[in-house]
Amino acid sequence: MPIFISTRESDDQLRKKVREISGQNFQQCYQCGTCSGSCPMIEHINVFPRRIMALLQLGNRKALEESNTPWVCASCHTCMVRCPRGIDITKVMEALRLIKLRQNIDRIELKKLEPEQIADMPQIAMVSGFRKMTS
Amino acid sequence: MSTTTEDKETKSAAIEAKLIPIYIMGKKYEVPESLTIMKAMEYAGYKYIRGCGCRGGVCGACSTIYRKPNDYKIYTGLACQTVVEPDMYLTQLPFYPAMRATYNFYDLEGKPEEIFELYPELFRCVACNACTKVCPMDVEVMDYIAALKRGDIKAAAQISFDCIQCGLCASRCMGELPQYHIAQLARRINGTYLTPRAEHLKTMVANIQAGRYKEALEGLKASDEDNLKKLYTGREMEPATAGEDWTPKDSTYL
Amino acid sequence: MKIAYYPGCTLKTKAKNLELAALACLDKLRVEYEELPRWNCCGAVFSLADDDLIHMVAPVRDLIRVQERGQDTVLTLCSMCYNTLARANDLMKNDEEKRKTINDFMDEEPDYEGNVRVVHLLDFIRDDYGFDKLKEHITAPLNGMKVAPYYGCTLLRPKEVALDRPDNPIVFHKFLEVIGAEVIDFGSATKCCGAYQVLGAPEATLQVSHEIISDAVNNGAEALALTCPLCDYNMGKRQDQILEKFDDAKELPVYYFTQLLALAMGLESGVAHFELNREIAQKLLKKKNLIKT
Ligand code: SF4
Ligand code: SF4
Ligand code: FES
Repeated sequence: MPIFISTRESDDQLRKKVREISGQNFQQCYQCGTCSGSCPMIEHINVFPRRIMALLQLGNRKALEESNTPWVCASCHTCMVRCPRGIDITKVMEALRLIKLRQNIDRIELKKLEPEQIADMPQIAMVSGFRKMTS
Repeated sequence: MSTTTEDKETKSAAIEAKLIPIYIMGKKYEVPESLTIMKAMEYAGYKYIRGCGCRGGVCGACSTIYRKPNDYKIYTGLACQTVVEPDMYLTQLPFYPAMRATYNFYDLEGKPEEIFELYPELFRCVACNACTKVCPMDVEVMDYIAALKRGDIKAAAQISFDCIQCGLCASRCMGELPQYHIAQLARRINGTYLTPRAEHLKTMVANIQAGRYKEALEGLKASDEDNLKKLYTGREMEPATAGEDWTPKDSTYL
Repeated sequence: MKIAYYPGCTLKTKAKNLELAALACLDKLRVEYEELPRWNCCGAVFSLADDDLIHMVAPVRDLIRVQERGQDTVLTLCSMCYNTLARANDLMKNDEEKRKTINDFMDEEPDYEGNVRVVHLLDFIRDDYGFDKLKEHITAPLNGMKVAPYYGCTLLRPKEVALDRPDNPIVFHKFLEVIGAEVIDFGSATKCCGAYQVLGAPEATLQVSHEIISDAVNNGAEALALTCPLCDYNMGKRQDQILEKFDDAKELPVYYFTQLLALAMGLESGVAHFELNREIAQKLLKKKNLIKT
């Protein structure tokens, strides 16, 4: 997938917001790809973490919004402990989630969960899942 | 226009008491300082069609939110119980929409998972404690929610015992929970499944069904008014100071 | 002084086997602990946003409960609770500005400065109780049962709260060795099982959990030991679905570390509640003569 670079697409607001929420300077990313190589969910995300960082550097809101990556990220922190630039990528993912959630847009709907699943799951699954995916 | 006793009381209080300013939905009124919020609002000309029930602090219909001058805190009270304060800003919040799950109680077995299924939003509580702080009955709402999250229905039922379903907790909830509806389900389960059945009640019901009191009741039914009055005033009563072992002299129906 | 014990919600319902086994062991080891009389859900995940302090409030409240009782250490068994409480504690200790905001917000609570120590049973055994001392209580070692230690994420990451080195940890290996297991080292020991994505991306979670189990099996493990009820859900309870979905999937018994400890300490197997694990868990133990049939 090519990345289009254009000043029109570059959203400085988004960059600022992510920096504010995450406290991370993603401009420091030098695209080594260690994060992508560490991600357990790599087969299930459509934009690898390294590319998320690149898209952020470019301020490409559209591509970021289309990606499922923050929503499949399990906050396992593997990328974070391995990043040679010391960027807390999990915090960047959280910021991307929060930007949506704070607009009152939920990723999962509680009422659509199967009752059997709710009865079966440990409470920590719901507490953490709802925190990450509902506003 | 007819004048009720209540109106008279309110008016006579007005004559003696000092007037203080309060703000109802932003508008200033001078009201007698000794009145409850409810009476003060009536004094000011409001008429309750909803938002008032028992006038005795138990029905939960009259929740009120107010603030005091130069104070960021939110205060709450039951309008029928809380006395007005000078310069308070108040509004009534007699109803707050909160989702109540639909269930057929007797289909439930009383397991925590059933509460989880009916109210998964339970797990959205962030322990902000806004609910406890706003509860006019001093119920530790956050704590009963915490108990339910860990499946402790009994504890939740006990902690929420004083809840009068006013709904103020739900109005402040970060996690958008209908706390009081969840607690009600917990108390229902606790009462039905987790509390030992009262044996003497069972015996009594069996006695009634077996017709043990039939004759006596028929006798009462057939009595005229005077006889009923006589029986009523002459009945044997348990003295206020009676100990555990007190029994009536006439034990025919025990 | 008794140490405070924070169970967490799941241990009271879905992971009773994790808790009851642990408490029986602690009693036997004469560790003096006491469950906090009042506690709330810690939130299970730590807030990762700089401007989201409301989600820090829940774990901090629990730490205040410990402080209120004059205790200086709080013991956890669930890895997620451990992580959330430990990170919140770290924040309250080291971030002055946020500490103030959080303390000011909770105006109904006493202030908290991060002075409670949050431990997990694994590092408690290593650092406070001592592996050597534990060894003396191992009267029924696991006879070289081949067990793979699965650490998961939250005991090791991030570094500030890691029980051990985030890459190549050994504490769980050491624990299993002490209780008489043959430790099976495997590459996926610290890989994520998908965690709460069982809600958002259940298929992905199934797949990664399958990979972890396969890795353990391929390295010769007869069983997997873990510390987290969510990992246990994904790899233990949902193993039926894994077996159904993946042709190459092999069945692997999964145990909480505390259940294995109880066995090795010669406690009556009832305290470990193996009936709450998948059926194969008991079968293996019977085959190995570790529990009576
Ligand atoms: S618990 Fe909620 S509904 Fe019940 S009395 Fe308190 S605020 Fe009102
Ligand atoms: S207001 Fe809602 S989120 Fe806050 S403690 Fe009460 S139940 Fe939990
Ligand atoms: S009117 Fe019933 S509680 Fe106030």
